[in-house]
Amino acid sequence: MYDFAYHKPASVADAVKILASDPEARPISGGMTLLPALKLRLNKPTAVVDLSGIAELRGVKREGDKLVIGALTRHFEVATSAEVKAAIPALAAMANTIGDTQVRNRGTMGGSVANNDPSADYPAALLALGATIQTDKRTVPADEFFNGMFTTVLEVGELVTAIHIPIPEKAGYAKMRNPASRYSMAGVFVAKGAAGVRVAVNGAGANGVFREKAMEAALAANWSPDAVAAVKVDAGLMNGDIHGSAEYRAHLVTVMAKRAVVDAG
Amino acid sequence: MPQVTLTVNDTKHTVEVEARTLLVETLREQLRLTGTHVGCDTSQCGACVVHMGGDSVKSCTILSVQCDGSDITTIEGLAAADGTLHPMQEAFREYHALQCGFCTPGMVMSAIDLVNKHPDGMSEKEIREGLEGNLCRCTGYHNIVKAIAAAQDVMQGRVPELVRAAAE
Ligand SMILES: Cc1cc2nc3c(=O)[nH]c(=O)nc-3n(C[C@H](O)[C@H](O)[C@H](O)COP(=O)(O)OP(=O)(O)OC[C@H]3O[C@@H](n4cnc5c(N)ncnc54)[C@H](O)[C@@H]3O)c2cc1C
Ligand code: FES
Ligand code: FES
Repeated sequence: MYDFAYHKPASVADAVKILASDPEARPISGGMTLLPALKLRLNKPTAVVDLSGIAELRGVKREGDKLVIGALTRHFEVATSAEVKAAIPALAAMANTIGDTQVRNRGTMGGSVANNDPSADYPAALLALGATIQTDKRTVPADEFFNGMFTTVLEVGELVTAIHIPIPEKAGYAKMRNPASRYSMAGVFVAKGAAGVRVAVNGAGANGVFREKAMEAALAANWSPDAVAAVKVDAGLMNGDIHGSAEYRAHLVTVMAKRAVVDAG
Repeated sequence: MPQVTLTVNDTKHTVEVEARTLLVETLREQLRLTGTHVGCDTSQCGACVVHMGGDSVKSCTILSVQCDGSDITTIEGLAAADGTLHPMQEAFREYHALQCGFCTPGMVMSAIDLVNKHPDGMSEKEIREGLEGNLCRCTGYHNIVKAIAAAQDVMQGRVPELVRAAAE
């Protein structure tokens, strides 16, 4: 790993100031993605700005018909939070499948959202749940925030501060894990709520997380596993690699969608 | 160079580190606590697991500067001063839960965190899922799972002492 300067600001304002003064500085939350990348020298930041001392970025609260989750909330906390379990049990259950115990003890929702790994779990949940991502500057709907593989609308130095998630009537998730890396090969999150039925897919798309609108229409007409089973996913839009062909992933998306509907009940 | 203060196994240390120094490097190279191992470069094997503030973490994937002011427990901090093993260590010995031993410090540290976070005990399935971040190339895991199941009963007071392994 190349060396860098280290800062640990106590407020979002201070963190933003440091990041604005140096475009090569990078924030660190749980470090479960950034540090492995630095160890492989994939990245050479001049400074690392540790967000973990910023109290205003922590915590889960219920505000009326939505949950507000601070960017620094760890996967373990989402998995075990009484508020999340009561309001969106599928989100708590999903958090409990991210990586492993130690990754969940450190990794955060803000870090995962900012990173937008195509196989990451939360982006699919937030897209399906119609969440809004709050940054230090603005609020952005998930539909606009996630912008292809490892890409979001975040500008250099802009921080995710919280995630606002409308509480759905029902929601469910299923994924097929790569047997070695354990990341999703195809995962589907389904939700039914005020914004209608929304279906989001991770791990499979050639361009990162995406909404499967044909399945949304099918489920809106008939909320059942059979309804999604009839939808054929276009392999031309899927990613193919050594772990699975585009055709295999297209097939998996349908199977995972059926299971997600069963999970949602 | 940044200075960090760590309380490791109840002893306070102040050390100078580079910002890029990993916790496992401070533990092994500066504090000479070489029970914590490094088995991979990809944050996947769990040989490096220690406790930070009571949570199991991969010490190869945390900077020492991120740990400033925190409480760390390593495998060296488990046994009593007179050498009496922690119930988890005793169970690993009793159930033959190690062969080469390389993964063992991380396995034991992960296992203790899992037991602490499941006060009503874990099923075999929960133990196996909880160990997802710890790889072992020797044992095939069965005896590790048996050891943890036996240790949790002692740690949580369901049995007065470790149930001995059946002779096979
Ligand atoms: C072995 C292993 C297995 C894993 N398995 C899974 C899995 O199955 N599913 C899954 O979804 N993930 C998985 N992950 C990734 C894990 O969930 C990460 O914790 C997560 O992707 C990033 O969160 P973090 O807090 O660790 O972010 P960091 O590593 O600290 O940061 C990640 C990136 O986001 C930036 N960043 C961090 N915080 C913010 C912020 N608040 N605002 C703006 N930018 C920010 C950083 O600069 C960096 O570029 C795995 C990781 C490991 C090591
Ligand atoms: S050395 Fe492999 S996970 Fe830390
Ligand atoms: S005992 Fe050899 S790696 Fe686990």
